[in-house]
Amino acid sequence: MSIRPRRVAGIAAVVVIGAALAAYAVAWQPAIAPIEPPARAAFPAADIAGGAELAALGDCAVCHTVPNGPPYAGGRGVPTPFGTVHATNITPDPDTGIGRWSLPAFRRAMRDGVDRAGRNLYPVLPYPHFIHATEADIAAIYAFLMTRRPVQREDRANDLRFPFNARPLLAGWNLLFLRSGEWRPDPVRSPEWNRGAYLVEAIGHCGACHTPHNFLGAEQSGATLAGGEAEGWYAPPLGSAPPASRPWSADQLATYLRTGLEQGHGAAAGPMTAVTRQLATVPEEDVRALAVYIASLMPSPAPFDAANPGAASPGSANPGAAVSSGVHPVIDPEAIFDGACGACHGADAPMTLGGAPSLTLSTAVRAPTARNAVAMILYGLPWREGHTGPYMPAFAGALTDGQIAALADYLRARYTALPPWPDVEAAIQQAKRQGGGT
Amino acid sequence: MMKLTVNGREHAVDAEPDTPLLYVLRDDLGLNGAKFGCGLGQCGACTVIVDGEAVFSCLTPIATLAGRAVTTIEGLGSAQAPGPVQRAFIEEQAAQCGYCIAGMVMRAQALLTRTARPSEQQIRDAMNPNLCRCGTQMRILAAVRRAAGMVPEKAAAR
Repeated sequence: MSIRPRRVAGIAAVVVIGAALAAYAVAWQPAIAPIEPPARAAFPAADIAGGAELAALGDCAVCHTVPNGPPYAGGRGVPTPFGTVHATNITPDPDTGIGRWSLPAFRRAMRDGVDRAGRNLYPVLPYPHFIHATEADIAAIYAFLMTRRPVQREDRANDLRFPFNARPLLAGWNLLFLRSGEWRPDPVRSPEWNRGAYLVEAIGHCGACHTPHNFLGAEQSGATLAGGEAEGWYAPPLGSAPPASRPWSADQLATYLRTGLEQGHGAAAGPMTAVTRQLATVPEEDVRALAVYIASLMPSPAPFDAANPGAASPGSANPGAAVSSGVHPVIDPEAIFDGACGACHGADAPMTLGGAPSLTLSTAVRAPTARNAVAMILYGLPWREGHTGPYMPAFAGALTDGQIAALADYLRARYTALPPWPDVEAAIQQAKRQGGGT
Repeated sequence: MMKLTVNGREHAVDAEPDTPLLYVLRDDLGLNGAKFGCGLGQCGACTVIVDGEAVFSCLTPIATLAGRAVTTIEGLGSAQAPGPVQRAFIEEQAAQCGYCIAGMVMRAQALLTRTARPSEQQIRDAMNPNLCRCGTQMRILAAVRRAAGMVPEKAAAR
């Protein structure tokens, strides 16, 4: 890490602190009075059921649940460039959860990022998206959460660097970046498209990962869904050309979102796995609407890989040559591929016949960064207890860093006609720091 | 010819560089503890330890093993003098058909070498990649707990 980003961050911090103090004076929010935890009978069954679907579409459980922990009881650490934010307990426990939150208090947290007590929440909670959600949907999510099993579990303190640990700064952040307004349908478009647009923008907060963020962690305006990152993973663009060699159709997107695997592109991995698992539980029409909307954002299909003929035939550009590495005198990536990968990814391997995409089509192999490919090699796609889905073994223990680097370079050269990755070694180190836990 | 270090002994092996370690262990070195199950890294019957980490030997080409130390179940002890993890598996009678057990023992060994006193969750997470189709997982978990020195009564009261 060079000095420059830190200096920029320092100057930014000073500017932001000043602005935030002024903003805080303007934007200060009082506590909202606690209520007696409402009984289940206070909520219409239809609201609870609708809220369950919206909570799944909004991935609430993904962040607000620790691995193997009680649902919605919080505690999961979400890594950000500013440190780790721990998701809070959103079960209706009166002392440690949101049991004493009224609907107005919940609405304010969802839309303005201010909790019941008047404290600013970090925009890791995607309130810049939820602010566009309808009144009825927020009430439904509230009804769903307030009827979960209460879990007594104290929130874990965040682990953020100065000055980002000062919550009042967020009042300034909100003035700069929070844009209000309930979402309005586009009358020219179909109801399905509008439903998808609403779910993507207001509930599903796809942009939280798939939009690039500025140096203060806000989604860049004018670059909506242009590709971003999620917990160290590369999140491909949805609104501009994704690295796929074949364009996505709405049908393929729906299959991918619902099952975590699409034969023409690849398997969901990293943080996207949890998203697809949630989407497996919601009404099919909603996933279809998401797919229709996202497909409409993507550039119209170019002829299949016309600009990239070499990539169409796996094995056509086969480097095969052994390369030197600092770790071992000679690494033979072709032998590694044939022995470690070929049983599933080789031509005519039983797995490819059963539906695993060819690496020629893999978004991870075609991405502009090696991050997803090396994370997949290191950690694979683990078994998910109680869920069906694609599986890939982890190679973190079997292969050395040098062998993984050589293998990644080999995959890129053999299965695409794209330039070599510039960041293979760095991607390996970063993936190892991040771990394979998602 | 390529040199492989298995259970502390160096072997000269005449095999193609992409040959899976499992085939070399069984066919060339006569070490039959590791089993062929799926050949795809899905079952764990072939698990051995390389440089302290549990790996699927069916997906580990020997080209990756220069200068690295391989340990198989034969390296942990023998039928006459089983090692501590092997003894725990015997005492808990963790095997039904036994086909998965060598892999289970090796995965448990890698965990306990790294983490001498694992939590229940750490044990379950570590053992997750290995399958037992007879359904003896509860006994396997009990054996790992025993090997870790966890009190069996406490485990049984879960």
